[in-house]
Amino acid sequence: MKTKRPSRETLLRFYREMQRIRQFDLKAAELFTQGRMAGNIHTCVGQEATAVGACQALEPTDFITATHRGHGHCLAKGGQAAVMMAELFGKATGYCKGKGGSMHIADLGLGILGANGIVGAGIPIAAGSALASKIKGSREVTLAFFGDGASNEGVFHEALNMASAWRLPVIFLCENNKYGVSVCIDRVTNIADIADRATAYDIPGIVVDGNDVLAVFEAVSAAAARARAGEGPTLIEAKTYRHRGHYEGDPQIYKPADEAAGWKERDPIALLRAAVLALDPGAAAELEEIETSVRREIEDAVAFATESPYPEPGEVVRDVYAADNERSVVR
Amino acid sequence: MKTITYGQAISEALREELLRDQNVFILGEDMAVMGSVFGLTKGFLEEFGANRVIDTPISEAGFTAMAVGAALRGLRPVVEIMYVDFTPVCFDAIANQAAKMRYMTGGQASVPLVLRCPGGAGRRNAGQHSQSLEALFTHIPGLKVIAPSTPADMKGLLKTAIRDDDPVVCIEHKLLYATKGEVPDGDHLVPLGKADIKRPGRDITIVAWSRQVHSALEAAQTLAGEGIDAEVLDLRSLVPLDWETLAASIRKTHRAVIVHEAVKRGGYGGELAAQIGEDLFDSLDAPVKRVAGLNVVAPFSPALEDFIYPNPGDIAAAVRQTLGR
Repeated sequence: MKTKRPSRETLLRFYREMQRIRQFDLKAAELFTQGRMAGNIHTCVGQEATAVGACQALEPTDFITATHRGHGHCLAKGGQAAVMMAELFGKATGYCKGKGGSMHIADLGLGILGANGIVGAGIPIAAGSALASKIKGSREVTLAFFGDGASNEGVFHEALNMASAWRLPVIFLCENNKYGVSVCIDRVTNIADIADRATAYDIPGIVVDGNDVLAVFEAVSAAAARARAGEGPTLIEAKTYRHRGHYEGDPQIYKPADEAAGWKERDPIALLRAAVLALDPGAAAELEEIETSVRREIEDAVAFATESPYPEPGEVVRDVYAADNERSVVR
Repeated sequence: MKTITYGQAISEALREELLRDQNVFILGEDMAVMGSVFGLTKGFLEEFGANRVIDTPISEAGFTAMAVGAALRGLRPVVEIMYVDFTPVCFDAIANQAAKMRYMTGGQASVPLVLRCPGGAGRRNAGQHSQSLEALFTHIPGLKVIAPSTPADMKGLLKTAIRDDDPVVCIEHKLLYATKGEVPDGDHLVPLGKADIKRPGRDITIVAWSRQVHSALEAAQTLAGEGIDAEVLDLRSLVPLDWETLAASIRKTHRAVIVHEAVKRGGYGGELAAQIGEDLFDSLDAPVKRVAGLNVVAPFSPALEDFIYPNPGDIAAAVRQTLGR
């Protein structure tokens, strides 16, 4: 952990948020394996520190774009576990009325401009949101979460170039979890740090320990301050690790046998737990209380999702267009 | 009423909407300092400033997706893709993002984006600058598609498109930019999803849009001299489609010829012919005929290019054949 000491309350708040994400995703994986959910589930187990560190550095009025592995981003930005779980169940009470599912959680009121099923697509959308802040003369910052895989999409480069040229208030946060589905980033990219690409666009490129929530928090706080001051974008690369497969059920034959064990020792939640206890050895009971209350939150979320109704069949033709759906859409 | 060109109609629509609504802004290549390659936004930079008329780098995929992000924040971007042929470069932003955002967020998100795309052949620009790609867009649920043929329709439809809460793809025909027509004064609006009967007739319905409306009118003129009274129906808006006006016309004339410049295979004309076959079979006295572009890449040589898209003679011949004359 960094030398600058955050308050005990801050650490406990971060701990709660990381527990919410871990428990939500483990529960989602369990329910998916039981066949209670359709589609695919992409968990972010092991990456909780990036979501929480980043979103805690933002203001409620700021915006994010999330990835297809976006449960953590959405929870960290204030998403309700119950409404998210209902969406994963395809229920009418979900964030997208059951029309988006796991990969497309959005809550525009919370500044969540959407998780995205297309790798890299959220990066220019975030830059566009930042352009809107510039045009409006307002002070919101937009943060784009994306993975190492997305950093090789063309729109990553286009968005960084325009954001730099126009000094847009945007933060590009690369969660380098080493794998794009099965392909290790080292096999398809010949630089050690994706953050080095910032040099090409004359913006700061910063590498942080993505499993250290405080390091992420500090880097994003600095980038947000810079963005709000009109100094433009920052590229932050958070080095982290995807503990589970690309999707639930992925046998992960592509990972070296000993790799995961090393990263497990650096589990972001265990690291934060140790940091809290180092600060205050008497905090163990409080940490357990947080775990218990989060467990209850997730259980309640599953109950809400289970009990919620499926969307009515008529819902299928709504929301294609703002108006005149009937004539254009109905069979 | 005043007479202006199709290009001036676009320019007036953009300027009036920029003046009317602070949320409207223009994004695209060469739009600001140069005033667009077709000269449609000359003087806008001085009038509206660099935050409302933005010169982008040549990054169609990036800036179209950025327009989606800005639209999610309540702005109304009008993006020019210099040639419709470049839209495949930014198809993720159009088809996966703009078109699906409202639906996939359960109605939370609105993407009031207008994509202006000059299209069409006839300028000896060869295969990558001469296509008519409207069928690609009509195939994607969530997009609206307009293809006006006259200055009045262009101005009225473009203004409506800018005010519309959904993404609208506006197909402009490059060869129509210099054509002139009367445009009503004041805040002239044409609703999306309303076809226009450009020439009433009893014997057959010629369905067309964009530049081919003019070829159809020319054909109808020729046919009138032969005692054939053709109705020319300009769809103007492909999605939403004005099925009522189309169906009423065919129930009256009992025959239809569909004309478009896009290649015939997979064109929007096939979709219209299928709908007519499904719903109006009992009203038809003859099979629906399509007159469309050849299924080839647009060639460069003038000696070749003029053969690829329909001309009034092709349309008149199709009408005679449908009428059995």
